[in-house]
Amino acid sequence: MTVLTAEIAFSPTRVGALVMRYLYLMRSSWPRLAELVYWPAVQMLTWGFLQTYIRAQAGASGVGGAMAVAGGTLIGSLLLWDTLFRCQLGFSVSFMEEMWSRNIANLLISPLRPIEFAAALMAMSLIRMAIGLVPVTMMAFWFFGFNLWGLGLALVGFFLNLVLTSWAIGLAVSGLVLRNGLGAEGLAWSVLFFVMPFACVYYPVAALPAWLQTIAWCLPPTYVFEGLRAAVVGRQLRADLMLEALAINVGLMALGAAAFLALLGSARKAGALLSMGE
Amino acid sequence: MARDRYRALGRMNFESPYVDMPHRLTVRQNLRVFGRLYGVAGLEKRIEALAADLALEPFLDRPAGSLSAGQKTRVALAKALINDPELLLLDEPTASLDPDTADWVRGRLEAFRRARGATILLASHNMAEVERLCGRVLMLKQGRIVDDGSPDALIARYGRSSLEEVFLDVARAPAGEEA
Repeated sequence: MTVLTAEIAFSPTRVGALVMRYLYLMRSSWPRLAELVYWPAVQMLTWGFLQTYIRAQAGASGVGGAMAVAGGTLIGSLLLWDTLFRCQLGFSVSFMEEMWSRNIANLLISPLRPIEFAAALMAMSLIRMAIGLVPVTMMAFWFFGFNLWGLGLALVGFFLNLVLTSWAIGLAVSGLVLRNGLGAEGLAWSVLFFVMPFACVYYPVAALPAWLQTIAWCLPPTYVFEGLRAAVVGRQLRADLMLEALAINVGLMALGAAAFLALLGSARKAGALLSMGE
Repeated sequence: MARDRYRALGRMNFESPYVDMPHRLTVRQNLRVFGRLYGVAGLEKRIEALAADLALEPFLDRPAGSLSAGQKTRVALAKALINDPELLLLDEPTASLDPDTADWVRGRLEAFRRARGATILLASHNMAEVERLCGRVLMLKQGRIVDDGSPDALIARYGRSSLEEVFLDVARAPAGEEA
């Protein structure tokens, strides 16, 4: 007779089981693995050469100053933007794998709790992001002499805040897909690009009209990219910016989790979990 | 149930032809994942036992997506039995199976119920299957329960010789005029 040891509390074993499921999947498909590195590498090379060109032009024309500074932060901004985007994509795509394979009902009728499901997706977002971005940060150093890891303590603040934002968005998007079916899956790829112009990835907040600056400062990534410019250009560690971003992120995570739970509950009531499709 | 949802979920399981297992994972990998989700102790032995019982050995290490409909049903059944559930929910368990495989599946379900003393809650349009497997039948029409009883009691109530005929009577009766 099989002995059941299922617990009702949060179970790292169940989180591990789901992570194992995604690692099995990743291992079974080399294109899935290659794709994790491909886009970040292509982007980094493109923006890296652009940065090199802008710096050279700024030097040759004697414009210097602002142009060189703007060019100098391009690779860093790109790598941090990709941290945010790849982390959110890692969360959402792992979730979407359950929808594509029509496995979601099997999971949600098991003892797996929503918080464990979310924890497994968070773990996978970190794993997928690390696989994609760690080699690319090394390429950035070899090709263009940009050392992201050299940002030290500031990088910890950037990373923590971007990861939290990505999870909050991942939770909300996953909830929307649960409730509305795969017709909403495009959100996983597009939602962050709506945020991008206001998050001031490649230019300072001061470049926005005053009324848009207010919106920009509501977004945690804005603080991170301002912090990056302060670190690269001014050699300053802006802990104040990181703490403000963290405070907003705590609120965003609460909203993301509440949205996920509410949309999951709504999907359950509507019987939508067995009829997942376009 | 609403309050102790997760305690109850560990003691039940579910199978439906409209829900798949991850296609790229092998049968063994799928069973490992679900075994761990259900906290099954001695998991590798449990998988071997289910594989022997449900004749999964020849394709235990093949991707689930490469299997035939009958093989997929057996794998889904193995997943549904992995935690030796006290309550098993089945949605059209033999839909799209050939008669031989369908009969084999029904036999396995009967054997499991006898050995485990489990309750099986089954949704099906196959009335021969319902007659064979069910002790109590709820007839649903447009989402409402319109009749309730054992297969024999329903057959007698409608004056018919099989549950299939009872089903047709219920389905064709104007709303509200079932027996």
